[in-house]
Amino acid sequence: MPMNPTRKRRLTIVLSILAAAAVAAVLVVLALQNNMNYLLTPSQVQSGEAAGYKTFRLGGMVKAGSIQRASDSLKVTFTVVDAGGAMPVEYTGILPDLFRDNQSVIATGHMDNAHFVATEVLAKHDETYMPKELKDAMAKAHADKKIEEAAAVQDKLP
Amino acid sequence: MSSWIPLWLHKLGSPPTFYRFAGTLQPWATALALLLGVVGLYGGLVLAPADYQQGDAYRIIFIHVPSAWMSMFIYGVMGVASFIALVWRIKLAEVVAMESAPIGAAFTFITLVTGSLWGKPMWGTWWTWDARLTSELVLLFLFLGVIGLYHAFEDRRQGARAAAFLAIIGIINVPIVHFSVNWWNTLHQGSTVNVFGPSKISGAMLWPLLTVTLATKFYYVASLCRRARTDLLDLESGKDWVRRIAEDEAGR
Repeated sequence: MPMNPTRKRRLTIVLSILAAAAVAAVLVVLALQNNMNYLLTPSQVQSGEAAGYKTFRLGGMVKAGSIQRASDSLKVTFTVVDAGGAMPVEYTGILPDLFRDNQSVIATGHMDNAHFVATEVLAKHDETYMPKELKDAMAKAHADKKIEEAAAVQDKLP
Repeated sequence: MSSWIPLWLHKLGSPPTFYRFAGTLQPWATALALLLGVVGLYGGLVLAPADYQQGDAYRIIFIHVPSAWMSMFIYGVMGVASFIALVWRIKLAEVVAMESAPIGAAFTFITLVTGSLWGKPMWGTWWTWDARLTSELVLLFLFLGVIGLYHAFEDRRQGARAAAFLAIIGIINVPIVHFSVNWWNTLHQGSTVNVFGPSKISGAMLWPLLTVTLATKFYYVASLCRRARTDLLDLESGKDWVRRIAEDEAGR
């Protein structure tokens, strides 16, 4: 297609507007990077990153065997762990279907002394989809090795 | 060798040629969309096994994910057509860009609604302001903004050019939607189906997902053809070729 001067000028204008908008977007995203983190992990909280927040989201995995339900109310306590930290959580209310041991969860709430009081607990699910039979077969295949290793690592956590 | 492509494209860019071409294409695209849609949904809702973690509830993926892909794909088409419309002032590119917007907005809306319905039982909430959900909502507002700006002008071609600018600037949001789950900690999980690298979904679930995706692509083609034809007749209503079509229709 022929490029006459008018088209060339329009092309330059449109491309420079696009470039300017892209630069603006990148700057905004970089500037917001710190505030755009949806959640803090237990190790981030323990290193004091949550100090500035009255309420925040705590994200991590439910430590296997840490879920304890009260017999007379909806109160439940559990421990959220990540690679380098653990945080006891207290919550009163109904939990989502996917809430279970070793599930990623995101709890909204505030710190009360050394433990986290949640007002909302959300379960995060992973991006893997497969039939149950396949999952069972895979779990069996490395049951002896991987799961015991994972349990050993988790037991070492405080 | 290099000159025949622009010539062919140039011809297709003329309203009467495109009108005829879209008229031939549209029934085929509609038929393929219906066929693939039925096969894909049957495969997804009936044949595919239940998920190990979410049971049968995961089956909303067969609507949610194809719609989400289409929302970004259509925005991309709209952006490219807007670019062509602004630089070369081709009437057909304006029509394609402006008639894509309502289809894209519909797919984005479906994505947000099905995501919300899925989020309540699985995550425990209808909505949360994480990067993926928020950027998809911004995508809906961009589509609605393009539609609104286009109709705000008395002169339709002037409106199309103004809206094309908005569409081009908004295209920056498309990679943000796609990569939001990698760049930030979000409640929304990462990508399941990857073009580069292994997909994290079993084959019995993947083929229905891809079939429905193909069906939505054909639906978009069919819908765009129909919308563009109507729009072209309206825009070119004084021209000879439109008069001839009107006379043919009247003589039937």
